[in-house]
Amino acid sequence: MASIQGFFGIHEQALRLRGERASVLAANLANADTPHYKARDLDFRQVLADAGQGGGRLAVATTRPGHLGAPGSQPGGGELLYRVPFQPSLDGNTVEGPVELAAFGENAVRYQASLMFINRRIAGLELAMTGR
Amino acid sequence: MSLMKVFDVAGSALNAQSVRLNVVASNLANADSVAASPELAYRARHPVFRTVLQDAAGGALDAAPSAGVRVLGVWQSTAAPVMRHEPGHPLADADGNVWASNVNVVEEMANMISASRAFQTNVEVINTSRDLLLRTLSMGS
Repeated sequence: MASIQGFFGIHEQALRLRGERASVLAANLANADTPHYKARDLDFRQVLADAGQGGGRLAVATTRPGHLGAPGSQPGGGELLYRVPFQPSLDGNTVEGPVELAAFGENAVRYQASLMFINRRIAGLELAMTGR
Repeated sequence: MSLMKVFDVAGSALNAQSVRLNVVASNLANADSVAASPELAYRARHPVFRTVLQDAAGGALDAAPSAGVRVLGVWQSTAAPVMRHEPGHPLADADGNVWASNVNVVEEMANMISASRAFQTNVEVINTSRDLLLRTLSMGS
């Protein structure tokens, strides 16, 4: 039954990373009024490419709890980038509500898309097993 | 499960925004309060928000910091209370002056709208995440 590995393809990782990105965007929205907060986001394409290759870039060994990994070397963490605001504000906050909300909505839809692909694969597998 | 973190983060924002709404309500309620001296006059209060990069136990969060927000404290405005000359007022001092609060009502209204919008946004985030999680739970059925 080795062939079941990787049955869901890239969607398994995509789902996890979409969840990760949702929490980052939620943090941006939560801090929309916090002075000096800098909005962050994941470069989804880059992170997914890294996750798919099982660590495409060179990883830094972290042997003690205090060690910091290289950016993107944490499992599933990916590289968090800072967003460049369209209209900088006086209090140093770079969160722009509509931008974050749009990104969050898009992320939610893509999460559901990955979920649907997984569901269809499960349905296909069930059909193959039961023949009904 | 990183989607679970969304509830903590958005929940902390709801908490902070409701503190802000409370403070605005207090300011608006006292917009017309007067006192017998400038020291006793009501001063407008303003909450200060701060990003929380640690979890409840004080440990740093993992690679993707889902940073919540908390209210660092409530500061009082240092603007001078407004002096009014009303000799007939029961609180008037020897010169016939009373001191009204330094609340700027227009500023407070703008603050209130901003807080309520932020609250709505975070409720929406929670609802969306809940939908996604429920769909994930029913995966394959």
